[in-house]
Amino acid sequence: MGAKAEVVQPIPFKKNENKALGISLQDAMISRVYMIVAFTALLLGGFLGLFQGLNRAGLLELPHWLNYYQILTAHGVLLVVVLTAFFTIGYFYAALSYNLGGLLPQVRKMAWIGFAMKIIGFVFAVIPILMNEASVLYTFYPPMAASPYFYIGLTLIVLGVWMCAFGAFMNVAHWRKQNKGQNLPILSYFATAVFVLLFFGSIPVAIEVLTLIPWSFGWTETVNVMLSRTLFWAFGHTLVNIWYLTAVSAWYVIVPKIIGGRRFSDTITRVVVILLVVMNIPGGFHHQIIDPGISQPVKYLHVFMSLAIAFPSLMTAYAMFSVFERTARKKGGTGLLGWYKKLPWGDVRFLAPMIAMIAFIPGGAGGIAQTTNQLNQVAHNTLWIVGHFHLTVGTSVVLTFFGISYWLVPYISGRTLTPKINKLGVIQTLIWTAGMLFMSGAMHWVGLLGAPRRTSYTTYFDNATALSWNPYLMFLAVGGTLLIIGVVMQVYAVFYLMFRAPKGKTEFPIAEAEDKEMKTPYWTERWGTWIVVMLLLIAMGYVIPLVDFIGNAPPGSPPFKTW
Amino acid sequence: MKMHRSEIIWLTISFGMLLGFMLITGYQTFALGMGPPSNQETIDPQKVDQTAPFDNPGLKKVGEKEYEAVMTMQIFSFNPNEIEIPAGSTVHFTLTSKDVVHGFQVVGTNINAMVPPGYIQKISQKFDKPGEYLVLCNEYCGAGHQAMTMKIIVK
Repeated sequence: MGAKAEVVQPIPFKKNENKALGISLQDAMISRVYMIVAFTALLLGGFLGLFQGLNRAGLLELPHWLNYYQILTAHGVLLVVVLTAFFTIGYFYAALSYNLGGLLPQVRKMAWIGFAMKIIGFVFAVIPILMNEASVLYTFYPPMAASPYFYIGLTLIVLGVWMCAFGAFMNVAHWRKQNKGQNLPILSYFATAVFVLLFFGSIPVAIEVLTLIPWSFGWTETVNVMLSRTLFWAFGHTLVNIWYLTAVSAWYVIVPKIIGGRRFSDTITRVVVILLVVMNIPGGFHHQIIDPGISQPVKYLHVFMSLAIAFPSLMTAYAMFSVFERTARKKGGTGLLGWYKKLPWGDVRFLAPMIAMIAFIPGGAGGIAQTTNQLNQVAHNTLWIVGHFHLTVGTSVVLTFFGISYWLVPYISGRTLTPKINKLGVIQTLIWTAGMLFMSGAMHWVGLLGAPRRTSYTTYFDNATALSWNPYLMFLAVGGTLLIIGVVMQVYAVFYLMFRAPKGKTEFPIAEAEDKEMKTPYWTERWGTWIVVMLLLIAMGYVIPLVDFIGNAPPGSPPFKTW
Repeated sequence: MKMHRSEIIWLTISFGMLLGFMLITGYQTFALGMGPPSNQETIDPQKVDQTAPFDNPGLKKVGEKEYEAVMTMQIFSFNPNEIEIPAGSTVHFTLTSKDVVHGFQVVGTNINAMVPPGYIQKISQKFDKPGEYLVLCNEYCGAGHQAMTMKIIVK
């Protein structure tokens, strides 16, 4: 049965509304539920973040039954696993449904099975965290050993994500079979890339967790610490880039439409996507630059592999500003930079992703600095790193997600964005920006002075150097307080748009390519080839370290519970 | 795929900048010996106390104004927990962990190294300025992580 047949199937009661939506109610329901989970996670994770910020500044003493590292673990899991994964899947499933003429019935079923697996996995993971049996942070480096149920939960989450990835592949394959020789619509192209990375990127962590489960049950005695760590980062950094690629999809495809322009060259956009996919996974190694057991020449090779990923981002920077300038000039903007006045700054759907992009300029520059061996040694494991990912993930990615929510949530709910909520969104965006400037700025600075990350409030026994960090940490608390106001406003906006906003039709804003008259070369569609190239690059990056860590491994480590 | 001239210029500059990073990093690593700590020796993490040199941790003089500091890291302390050296001394730190992953960071210097169990990590530093240096564990290691610290006193 084809996808189109499914869309026109009669659905009792709400048939007319369904038609007006342009998305089948059943497809919309998937994205709605994924969004509800994502923004609930934002609310919970945001408050936990506030508690940490206040504690770190010495303003809040946590009760004895709740420790800092427990909160930090939950904050990390809620925001970097739940919020991002559910948002990404909800957004791209809506895009697939819109682009490809609806989701196939079996794909919808897979999305729900995947949803159930992720929720069950999350419950498995969160109960040990609440019981203080898994205060290992979201990186869970062995030989610190959490409750085995924490790892089982993580495995279920990964399997749930795979289910959604396979569903997306099936829908895309079905469309391609029916539209032979055609290029996949651009947003579905991004979706394919993201799900390819989600699948291949999470294989290493799946292997890691499968060795940790029997070890934490006590069935095996020891674990290979460095092998686990390496497998984790092969996944961890890829995950970061998956959110980034999701945000980039909106920058290339959605934002140009919202400002009333055309998007950048279709071919170059697809080349950027391919580059981000094939070069991604080896980049994770730069998290291990000051680890023992890896030779300096291999680390040097990895500087190259990490820096390479900056290139497609620099291509993106050009593409975005080119689109902005062209669109603004068409609307009568003049001067070398004066055209910026013609951009719709009062529209949250533009403002939020725009600030997100601007934040990526210092964020990306900081990333380039950090990935370079000697500079990494200065910043590694200091608060600088935390400042860095609150700028990249917490601002560039998350503000883009917020910007998307102001049209995606009404679209999947059959409602419209009201001027009042738009205004709320603009204020929310400005509060978020100010909060991150304070918090991320202070973290960067105090990190350079040496303050470590992942450490609860401490003066190291009234050490003068550590005491001198306190004023900076106060800014961190100020930023965190602003951010929680932003979280509450954003969550309110999402739920209002989903359940209370006036009914009506909202467009799925996809811009036309500026070079749409030219046919995009079909080699961009050869995913088989790109996956082979990706696997070759992964082999280049990882064969030597993995062989070393397995072949020259020291005796393994037994489990420790040190909290 | 037609590229605008300004795009080609921008991408050439971008490429040049990344290449510059590569060249400077490579020069510093291989010509000046400033590469990141990457020692390859291993050790049985459950027999650290019985394995030389960690059976006798402490500061040893190895030359004129040159010392080796053999140290173990364990929850939530360093052994030894204080070392004293004259200004202008170079210290070669030899580190290992007796339990979980720790991080060795000396605030105010570029000393920053991961110390996972099973490996012997090495890093060197010349201390020119007299004063008290704060040493801390910068990898979360458990409930007392925020108290894991020691001092280096340079006189």
